[in-house]
Amino acid sequence: MLRESLRMAWRSLVASKMRAFLTMLGIIIGVGAVIALISIGQAATGSVTSQVQALGSNLITVTPSRGAGVTLQPNDVTWLQRVVPQISQAAPLLTGSVTALYGSKSYSTTIMGTTPPSLKIQGRTLTEGRYLIPSDVTYRRGVAVLGPTVVQNLFAGQNPLGQTIEVNGTPLVVVGVLKSAGGGFGANQDDVILTPVTTAEEITGTTQVSAIIAEARSSQIAPLAVAQIEAVMNHRFQNQNAANVLSQDQILSTLSTITGTLTLMLGGISGISLLVGGIGIMNIMLVTVTERTREIGLRKAIGAKRGAILLQFLVESSILSLIGGAIGAALGAGGASLMSRALGWASGVNTGAIVLALVFSLAVGMVFGIWPAMRASRLDPIEALRQT
Amino acid sequence: MVALAAVARVAVAARVGTDMSDVIRVEHLQRVYHLGTVDVPALRDIDFAIPEGQMVAIMGPSGSGKSTLLNLLGCLDRPSGGRYLLAGEDVGRKNDDELATVRNARIGFVFQNYNLLPQLTALENVELPLVYRGLPATKRRRMAEAALASVGLTDRKGHRPLELSGGQQQRVGVARALAGEPDVILADEPTGNLDSVSGQEVLRLFLELHRSGRTIIIVTHDDDVATYTERTIHLRDGVVVSDGEVPPEQRRGLDDERGAS
Repeated sequence: MLRESLRMAWRSLVASKMRAFLTMLGIIIGVGAVIALISIGQAATGSVTSQVQALGSNLITVTPSRGAGVTLQPNDVTWLQRVVPQISQAAPLLTGSVTALYGSKSYSTTIMGTTPPSLKIQGRTLTEGRYLIPSDVTYRRGVAVLGPTVVQNLFAGQNPLGQTIEVNGTPLVVVGVLKSAGGGFGANQDDVILTPVTTAEEITGTTQVSAIIAEARSSQIAPLAVAQIEAVMNHRFQNQNAANVLSQDQILSTLSTITGTLTLMLGGISGISLLVGGIGIMNIMLVTVTERTREIGLRKAIGAKRGAILLQFLVESSILSLIGGAIGAALGAGGASLMSRALGWASGVNTGAIVLALVFSLAVGMVFGIWPAMRASRLDPIEALRQT
Repeated sequence: MVALAAVARVAVAARVGTDMSDVIRVEHLQRVYHLGTVDVPALRDIDFAIPEGQMVAIMGPSGSGKSTLLNLLGCLDRPSGGRYLLAGEDVGRKNDDELATVRNARIGFVFQNYNLLPQLTALENVELPLVYRGLPATKRRRMAEAALASVGLTDRKGHRPLELSGGQQQRVGVARALAGEPDVILADEPTGNLDSVSGQEVLRLFLELHRSGRTIIIVTHDDDVATYTERTIHLRDGVVVSDGEVPPEQRRGLDDERGAS
């Protein structure tokens, strides 16, 4: 009987292709949106996660709470290393906004005064030249390591090594170029001029660092290091929130919570359109039942039982929404993979989401088809045949 | 004529209750519609029996109760009182699904407006009752093809209803009624939508089926249709007012070329 119902339902749908397509459209859009948004959301999550992980897996960032009057000097790095044995190395980050000049070109960027360990702590590498060395810091040398974005904007294809740029009036010799950290999440880590922290103090006119970055001895010990840093900071400044101390793991989990919530929210919103599509199917099926009253009456007169009529209309609505779901899944997956490619993310089409959407669309067809189907099955053949 | 009918009625009545070859037997059949607080008796007290192989016309003006009787005979409705025995089986107390099974097995309907499904071919329309009987596809096809052949439409089996003339559509309808080998063919104004030539074709088809031994009941208000049958039951106001054989000299046979008026 199921096979016959499938055949009959198919014949009825083929007999009114345009209407079938328009009915499916709601499901197509709904399923397409769910798949596309969930896939894109997950691809974004993956991309963000890998970018954060690239920063160095044991990175801990200590940001003093300036609002609470807490300030840190570059030499506090030594103090921090002494009182927190869980960290292997640390470096200050002294940042400021500057304008860099080279020849006739001018570019506004961020200066970051630091010390040699920062390269490894942040998990970065160079494409050219050398990084800062201890003596650069000791002798307050006018040297700079440029991020690729700065190189692009000031040198436009020229080799920057050995050239002198002027940063807020201070001449700096370019000694190295950073490798791109990739992507564009949050602050651009490629749009930066790195100098010895001592040189940066002179240029920015301040000795307050904006953060100290440290490396935990291992990722297992990182949470302990975070707790220890918080404790010594709070004790030293007599403040419960002397500093904001974040490990890489915490940043990562915060970010994945945010992106996960976003993905769910997007999925949920597009789920609503799936619901609307289901209501569209119910609407059309109710119209269909009314239109086909005579057909139903005839089928019952020649021996169709209630169950057979119920099954026929249920199968019809399920086929509608399943086909709609399949088309929607194909479109959504296609759209998501196109978008991922355009943004340079790992392809994020989620097979789990596709299966879920198909099952869900089948369920939508059944749930929203059951009422019209029951109405059809309950028709009195005498009444149904009397209609003209 | 009245006397003749009365004699025949006695003869028929004598058979009631005795002859086990009666396909249909109704005893004190009643059908009352409840409209709000008012009870409207559509059939008051009907008794008759139809032996196997008979071709009967049920006639009466509108409001006489003939549609109600048709619905009862076709197992589309249940009587309010009395008994309806179809092939010896009391079908008055069955539920909807059981009645559907009885209709499928024992009744072949022919409708005034054919009631063919437009999206199906002629053959598929004929097959439909067999689908609901749950027969395998090959057997279904064979039986449907035989039924179509018996109405002379083998060459039209792939056509859809709208590609056929009215007379052809009604012959497909007859084939559908035949396909399941029912005990009774129940036709409701089968020529009502047809021109006189096509109408006669269909009635001749009924005559042929009658000759091959089928039991046929035609519900009609057309006296001309009744002349093709051998017995006429007249209803008025829910009771049988006359029930008798059509005199042979008024009957039309297969070789009768008289046109319908």
